[in-house]
Amino acid sequence: MMFFLEVTISGLMAGVMYSLVALGFVLIFKASGVFNFAQGVMALFAGLTLVGLMEKFGLPPWAGIMATIAVMILLAWLIEFLILRRLVNQEHIILFMATIGLAYVLEGLGDVMWGSDVKLLDIGLPQGAVDWLLDDYNLYVEKLEVAAAVTAVIMVIVLAIFFQKTRIGRALRAVADDHQAALSVGISLRTIWVIVWSVSGIVALVAGIMWGSKSGVQFSLSLIALKALPVLMLGGFTSIPGAIIGGLIIGMGEKWAEIYMGPIIGGAIENWFAYMLALVFLLFRPQGLFGEKIIERI
Amino acid sequence: MFYREAGQFKTTYKSDQALFPIAQDRYFVIGVVLFAFLVIPFFITDYWANALLLPFLIYALAAIGLNILTGYCGQLSLGTGGFLAVGAYASYKLMTSFPEMNLIVVFLLSGLITALVGIFFGVPSLRIKGFYLAVATLASQFFIVWLFNKVPWFFNYSATGQISVPPREIFGFLVTGPDASPAITYLFTLTLVSIFALLAKNMARGNVGRSWMAIRDMDIAAEIIGIRPLKTKLIAFAVSSFYIGIAGALLFAVWLGSAEPTEAFGIDQSFLILFMIIIGGLGSILGSFMGAAFMVLMPIFLKNFMVDGLGLQPAFSEHVQIMLMGVLIIFFLIVEPHGLARLWQIAKEKLRIWPFPY
Repeated sequence: MMFFLEVTISGLMAGVMYSLVALGFVLIFKASGVFNFAQGVMALFAGLTLVGLMEKFGLPPWAGIMATIAVMILLAWLIEFLILRRLVNQEHIILFMATIGLAYVLEGLGDVMWGSDVKLLDIGLPQGAVDWLLDDYNLYVEKLEVAAAVTAVIMVIVLAIFFQKTRIGRALRAVADDHQAALSVGISLRTIWVIVWSVSGIVALVAGIMWGSKSGVQFSLSLIALKALPVLMLGGFTSIPGAIIGGLIIGMGEKWAEIYMGPIIGGAIENWFAYMLALVFLLFRPQGLFGEKIIERI
Repeated sequence: MFYREAGQFKTTYKSDQALFPIAQDRYFVIGVVLFAFLVIPFFITDYWANALLLPFLIYALAAIGLNILTGYCGQLSLGTGGFLAVGAYASYKLMTSFPEMNLIVVFLLSGLITALVGIFFGVPSLRIKGFYLAVATLASQFFIVWLFNKVPWFFNYSATGQISVPPREIFGFLVTGPDASPAITYLFTLTLVSIFALLAKNMARGNVGRSWMAIRDMDIAAEIIGIRPLKTKLIAFAVSSFYIGIAGALLFAVWLGSAEPTEAFGIDQSFLILFMIIIGGLGSILGSFMGAAFMVLMPIFLKNFMVDGLGLQPAFSEHVQIMLMGVLIIFFLIVEPHGLARLWQIAKEKLRIWPFPY
């Protein structure tokens, strides 16, 4: 029973980490309908930049994070100026491919600027197991993962307030609803895009910090995007709570499958299990758990 | 001046519906095909065959396959690498289990097996659309690669987990294996690719192709005018996987000779082929060839340019190369989102009225 609980908790925590990446996808997809494949690489790039700044200039963590946020905002502006602006009104697949191109660019750029060796990221996040759980209940829970979960909760709350209560948030929702209608009431699409890409750049930074502290900043970090995709499918591309709950379900299901099914059919199933799980869900709800119902008209 | 169809009268429906109604086009295509069949084999070397011509032809075939599904039928798929793997492993199993089987039969059967797998993974497309489907096809990609890594029966229990092709002959000429001559492998691939390209072109402008395009443009409307979405989508998945399967078999048996699932058929392969059809042009057979040529040539060109031309370190230039590839892809998407095939079309239209455009 204890073992089952431990597996479940570690699954849930892993799920939170996936949700962090999935959040960035949802933000951009909601506001611009762009399926941003570069989100994982953005997390890598943010992590690399943070480590690089801290190493090269000896910045303290908070200053490094501030500087990286500035870099991510600059990046968002560049992306809007150089790519999105020129691809307005193109088909979704074209924009999707452009973000894959962007992923290549960021990957190469990060390597060229900061080198391609594995880097340790230490900004003072707690490491090791949570002591009282280990002592009293014999449960092994990573402090770092708890920190990630707390961060994710805070981030979702902040994002929710930002989306619901602020002027910019309202504009964002308007754009998500209908581009043309938003334009006609005087919302500037370009500003909105820059804002949305900046916000998802910051989300990517948080994801990069969490994943980087866990396993070092390295190329494989960019592959976590592939982990976030089933989360998105499950939760729906347009729903922020969906990203979180989808992440939890996927993380939990994956761990259970690994522990209880893995030995039977031969291990290393985590690569595809999440996708199959999401696929089965999708067969019953084609728009994901929380996605907007797709209404089709002639 | 030279490219003008004035004076070419069509007196029968047959000539009006010909594959290349304009005589200059026809002569040009016939010329290219004759050149490819009759001239290149005499000058081909190992380097040219293995670095340029074989990958170009094989990727072009795979790109045609994906173009049928994505360009004509509108179902975005990211599972191409997995289907290539199915074709490769099917051909490997067939070749090793039935050593005396004719090589052409082997390739056709591998295509058919891949088509069956494709139909299986195509079933969700009835409920799932757009990007949800694209992500769902990733499931097939990861699952298939995992399967070929994990189940030893597929790689005949070899210790390394790799598959390597046994030498096989066709009409007395050695086609597969390390001793095959470049001219023979090239001609074999070229023959298959030309036949299937011709078939695809005709399929795309026939009844099947039109129903694919109807589904792509608006599936509900297509359903209302009497096109059955189930049948049409599954045919698209089957035909597309058939092409990709044959490309995978060629990739493994004729070009690479040995393969390992994670490296040769990973997700990068899926993206590469998707790039080919986007840069070449969605819904265009010619575009598939152009895109394949572009994506095969560009890395070679970039590498030569940077390592030899600028004298950069190979390791450093690799990163720069990835970056430049991304930049070029974005640049192409911005300049011509409809691909090289569209540029070609524009060029032809300009040429028709040249030198007196008004």
